Amino acid sequence: MIINHPLLGPRDSAEFVNLGAAELMNRPDPETATPEDWHDYAYLRDNPAGAHRELWFHEGGDRSILIVTRDTTTHEITAVELARNRGQRHDPGK
Amino acid sequence: MTQANRLSGGQIDHNTALEFTFDGKRYAGHPGDTLASALLANNVRLMGRSFKYHRPRGPLTAGSEEPNAIVELRSGARQEPNTRATTAELFDGLSATSQNRWPSLAFDAMAINDRFSNFLTAGFYYKTFMWPAAFWEKIYEPIIRKAAGLGSLSMQADPDEYDKGFRHCDLLIIGAGPAGLSAALTAGRAGKHVILADEDFRMGGRLNAETFAVADMAGADWATQTVAELSALSNVRLMPRTTVIGAFDHGICGAVERISDHLVTPPKGKPRQILWRIYAAQTLLCAGATERSIAFENNDRPGIMLAASMRAYANRWAATPAPRVAIFTNNDDGHRTACDLHAKGVKIAGVIDIRPDAPRSRDYEVLQGAHVTDTKGRLGLTFVDVRLADGTARTIECGALGVSGGWNPNVHLTCHQRGRPAWNDALAAFAPGGTLPPGMSVAGAANGAFSTHGALKSGADAARKALGLKGRAPALPRAEDAPVAQTPFWYVEGCARAWLDQQNDVTVKDVKLSYQEGFRSVEHLKRYTTLGMATDQGKTSNMGGLAIMAELAGKSIPEVGTTIFRPPYTPTSIGVLAGRMRGKEFHPTRLTPSHYWAEERGAVFVEVGNWLRAQWFPLPGETHWRQSVDREVTATRASVGVCDCTTLGKIDVQGTDAATFLNKVYCNGFAKLAVGKTRYGLMLREDGIAMDDGTAARLAEDQFVVTTTTANAARAYQHMEFVRQCLMPDADVQLISTTEAWAQYAVAGPNSRHLLQKIVDSDYDISNEGFPFMACGNITICSGLRARLFRISFSGELAFEIAVPARYGDALMRRLMAEGEEFDVTPYGTEALGVMRIEKGHAAGNELNGTTTALNLGMGRMVSKAKDSIGSKLSERPGLNEADTLMQVGLRPVNTSDKITAGGHLMRAAGPVDAAHDQGYVTSAAFSPTLGCMIGLGFLKDGGNRHGETLRLVSPVTDLSVAVEVVSAHFVDPEGARVRA
Amino acid sequence: MRYSGFKVIKEALTGHKGWTPAWRDPEPQAHYDIVIIGGGGHGLATAHYLASVYGERRVAVIEKGWIGGGNVGRNTTIIRSNYLLDGNEPFYEFSLKLWEGLEQDLNYNAMVSQRGIMNLIHSDAQRDAFIRRGNAMILNGADAELLSEAQIRQEYPFLNFDDARFPIKGGLAQRRGGTVRHDAVAWGYARAADGRGVDIIQNCEVTGFRIENGKCFGVETSKGFIGAGCVGCAVAGNSSRLMAKAGMRLPIESHVLQAFVSEGLKPVLPGVITFGAGHFYVSQSDKGGLVFGGDIDGYNSYAQRGNLPVVEDVCEGGMAIMPMIGRARLLRMWGGIMDMSMDGSPIIDRTHIDGLYFNGGWCYGGFKATPASGYAFAHLLANDEPHETATAYRFDRFRTGHMIDEKGMGNQPNLH
Repeated sequence: MIINHPLLGPRDSAEFVNLGAAELMNRPDPETATPEDWHDYAYLRDNPAGAHRELWFHEGGDRSILIVTRDTTTHEITAVELARNRGQRHDPGK
Repeated sequence: MTQANRLSGGQIDHNTALEFTFDGKRYAGHPGDTLASALLANNVRLMGRSFKYHRPRGPLTAGSEEPNAIVELRSGARQEPNTRATTAELFDGLSATSQNRWPSLAFDAMAINDRFSNFLTAGFYYKTFMWPAAFWEKIYEPIIRKAAGLGSLSMQADPDEYDKGFRHCDLLIIGAGPAGLSAALTAGRAGKHVILADEDFRMGGRLNAETFAVADMAGADWATQTVAELSALSNVRLMPRTTVIGAFDHGICGAVERISDHLVTPPKGKPRQILWRIYAAQTLLCAGATERSIAFENNDRPGIMLAASMRAYANRWAATPAPRVAIFTNNDDGHRTACDLHAKGVKIAGVIDIRPDAPRSRDYEVLQGAHVTDTKGRLGLTFVDVRLADGTARTIECGALGVSGGWNPNVHLTCHQRGRPAWNDALAAFAPGGTLPPGMSVAGAANGAFSTHGALKSGADAARKALGLKGRAPALPRAEDAPVAQTPFWYVEGCARAWLDQQNDVTVKDVKLSYQEGFRSVEHLKRYTTLGMATDQGKTSNMGGLAIMAELAGKSIPEVGTTIFRPPYTPTSIGVLAGRMRGKEFHPTRLTPSHYWAEERGAVFVEVGNWLRAQWFPLPGETHWRQSVDREVTATRASVGVCDCTTLGKIDVQGTDAATFLNKVYCNGFAKLAVGKTRYGLMLREDGIAMDDGTAARLAEDQFVVTTTTANAARAYQHMEFVRQCLMPDADVQLISTTEAWAQYAVAGPNSRHLLQKIVDSDYDISNEGFPFMACGNITICSGLRARLFRISFSGELAFEIAVPARYGDALMRRLMAEGEEFDVTPYGTEALGVMRIEKGHAAGNELNGTTTALNLGMGRMVSKAKDSIGSKLSERPGLNEADTLMQVGLRPVNTSDKITAGGHLMRAAGPVDAAHDQGYVTSAAFSPTLGCMIGLGFLKDGGNRHGETLRLVSPVTDLSVAVEVVSAHFVDPEGARVRA
Repeated sequence: MRYSGFKVIKEALTGHKGWTPAWRDPEPQAHYDIVIIGGGGHGLATAHYLASVYGERRVAVIEKGWIGGGNVGRNTTIIRSNYLLDGNEPFYEFSLKLWEGLEQDLNYNAMVSQRGIMNLIHSDAQRDAFIRRGNAMILNGADAELLSEAQIRQEYPFLNFDDARFPIKGGLAQRRGGTVRHDAVAWGYARAADGRGVDIIQNCEVTGFRIENGKCFGVETSKGFIGAGCVGCAVAGNSSRLMAKAGMRLPIESHVLQAFVSEGLKPVLPGVITFGAGHFYVSQSDKGGLVFGGDIDGYNSYAQRGNLPVVEDVCEGGMAIMPMIGRARLLRMWGGIMDMSMDGSPIIDRTHIDGLYFNGGWCYGGFKATPASGYAFAHLLANDEPHETATAYRFDRFRTGHMIDEKGMGNQPNLH
């Protein structure tokens, strides 16, 4: 597969490590989350047959983590963005 | 060595003779020959045996779809089983051997199976061999396995090299027949970057096998001229002998180029084959078509082949399978073979055409409306029985029979992303369907354009379309444009043993039985009968089976379905897929900067991930590794030892939020760590399980240096980047892995400070007061070399870790050895390191095994409740906090001479020994020279409250059962006085 | 009809006229006591044991395509019970015991071949881990044997001992492990279940569940509504897709695992060889093909196909450990969709919806589990209680912290 890196252009997916679903970015707010929230966050996945947002770490490149939107039935990639532009906005001090 | 069946002309060099052997017998052929064409020219039709019935077989085809003429090529370590004689390029000295026969090809004892074929029908083995139960594995299966397989491996390592490479292009054209050449000309002349790949060693495809004119010259000459023009274009790369094996995601194709298969051995420094990964913006499939056969009784004898293959042998290779041949056809294409062979002087015994209105010929007899009903000739065709239109029978004497049942487009690569071909009524065949791989288009016969003009035009048009070329289409060379009409005809009525899959011996009867027993879906048919599972991957067999199933079911072929094709397009050597990654080069080997120093010292090395680390340093006279390790431990604890710990992961964490960040990734607190101090950190996964541990040294308000274990370095770094980029994107913190930038050494033992004081520049006070336990700092050594010093200890002794830029690692090690002579400094390896950390009760990889929590490790209280950190919440789940949860303990044998085995399980001193009564397990064990016995670390249920208890350590798999006492894991210096000395 | 050697001979002599379809092709009835979704190995085995052990009479298996077309038709055919953890080992050992009597139970020769499985050891740490595992196997009543390097050299002389990046230091063998003719497993279970009255309904796709007030009353299908006392789902690979129709999110991701077979070769491999350091395992089929595989591709996929990097990775592993296979040719490759669960272990459990039961999350270990999975699922469906060997395979283990994580990789499915 080829991932079109927003900064570096098209790169072979072999340069990347797949870190899992982009749902992992929605870490519960530790102040308010219930045990059920934590369970759902850590263990449940949409796992769609179709467009899937997922994290690819450019280990063999600039070490960016990308959010790649890829169709799991065709492997077609429709969007790529930098995770850090879309990261969680909790107060890091918490 | 007369070539009795050699004709004139063709694209072979008649003036040069190549000698080769088949089954030990010597023959001669010419450059341009394949093994099959040369054998046919030498009047050899028998080249192999079928899989199940061991039926004698000759070539069915003249290409890579060959199911029958399969041989072992070469000998010794280069023996190459299951090689298609039809594609093996002849070279001087080639040797080939027939396979799957005993004792010889002509007299094969296993051919007895053929006599019992009535018992060995499709799926018979599922219904029998069950009684008595024990007999399957003891009697039946060994017999079946003995008969398994076709060719054999040499069992020696493949001596040849393989390479891999990457190529990019605007347009990849697969197949260099008329469509591919026409497409390449169009794209090449337009200045596009083109790769033209063809599996054959001679480009031109069917143009080489036909007598048609293109642009008023012989088609083969036009091909030669076109190839010459293309090779002069710098933007066109021609890749003959290159099979595109698969069309993968996003326009990436895999292709195998055979560099040296047509040579006796690869030239020095050259690989046998190369795997190319071709990144193509557009792909144009011009793979042509495969002729299909007709099933009739005994249609598998040597000498019976596809008619167009027979024509290819005559026209391209100047060879005929026999001086007298017949043709059996349902279409005009069969007549072309008759014409061409007649023109070459081969006697045509007759053309048997099922069509009552078949065209007649002045040159030979055409039997209109006739069918072949049977054939004769055990090791080679002698007669065919024909049923004439009026129902009368006739026998025709001939040594070969060309069979033509029409053509199937080679749609294979269009299916590699699971697209399905679509039935085309006009062609009576499957053609490329609606869903092609993105970026792929299809032209020529592969797309149903069967005439030469059609192929030339569709190739040019498709190239223009794929590349978006504007302007007038260039004129095409003049070529034949005969209309193609295919009326499906699959098998001759009344036949029983009529072969569909020749290699696997699947007959029409088997398909009927499959239907009768309910295996009616195409996939069931394939799996039940093995139709299409042979080395031709169903290229010559699938359609026939499908058609018969459709007829039985009273459905149309597309209603019954189609099986799709998967990569590779043709069988591909495993060696080329591996490339150079074998032997010692299988994985990269990582060496530390002082590796060669350790080698000089005679170190024994051990693989730790991809690293090589010194395991111990034997001295002269030491005959057992334990002697070396015990000495290293004792010497370190007595004076000073040095250990290379460069392989630990090192991550530089910088930014104003660096401490906040570490507070998040470590379960214990880092916000308040003072500059110049180091702290042990335990990193949890979000699921609350320990992921890794290490130290974080605060070198400045906004800079930490973090270490990880060697094994987890990559994953810990990934994890930290995830936290930084995905969870804390606004934090001012940057990470960089510096593992390879710094060489790092542990200097341990009571004299470690004294040794270091000799090299640390005097500006820096490393006394216990000036540089206490857990201190860290940037220093200089050896008169100005920058270094980092950490007062941390894995051994339990007074110890330091010192890091220098990697290029000084070797020099530092040598300097430490030289300066340490007065203290009898001892280099120690990973074994002694392990012994000392077990003696001290430090957890390592065996304890951090991905299932243990901070609580299990005895560090439950480290998980801060005052802050949120990764994993802290899920570590609170009840299952991870049960009253009898596993806790790390120390273990020592009650009888001090007893052994402790890592991996052993712990049982109560009395009571049953089984899984239900398991109390825990041993994670690490070592002989402690300090204590004089073996010791171990382990996890024990409620272990924190069981010190002093005697347990049984059992390891049935190593036949061990000993009494052990549960003790504190801190065997040495439990108060920690030494580290603070 | 009973299969036997005698029957085969009789039919051979009388023109094979007497063979009848191995299973019927019934139209669905309006209501069944138990409907199983998924005509793969697990679903068909469940039906067989429901009928043969639990005496259930009104059972249907509904399959959207043709039976045996999922992972039971595309795997590397290995059976073994060499597991480490208490939640797993008794279950897989139970499965192995069922394999050992399968032919007689089904009157179908699935060619269970206990030629052994051997995991290579390359380091001291790996040896420690395999000793712990071997002990766990023995303590659970299975067989395990630790082999020295010398023993490996004797039994597997063709392995790469002298030029290896990761030298062979021993192995852990399970002699009772081996291979099975995978398609025949599906067919054998189907035929046996059909013989006991189970309706196997092919080409019937489930489009939804009829759920009212927290109870499942049946399934909507492409052949209409089929009522059911209870519904069992056994569609590993597509579990998330199916259960989403019941409003469930699962602790599962779907990943592609590629597998490979070479051209037929004369027999060379005595049993199954696993080269963990190189992500490669291999056996040789009764037809002579080397059947081999390695890691999953590592990205979510339902596409039943993979990509070149893993193909190369697997072949590199093969060449590293068995450099004599370089001139053998890869004949076919395929991709199967794995239910990769969050701890690498399966789920056989009730759902929060009454009457709706789930079997899935098999990762790439589903084939060897087929008999026990069917048995345990049948037990659950018939009794509403877990089978004694499958008590740990619950949904709520992630909630309570009782993960069964053989590889210790945590909640990252592509690492299991």
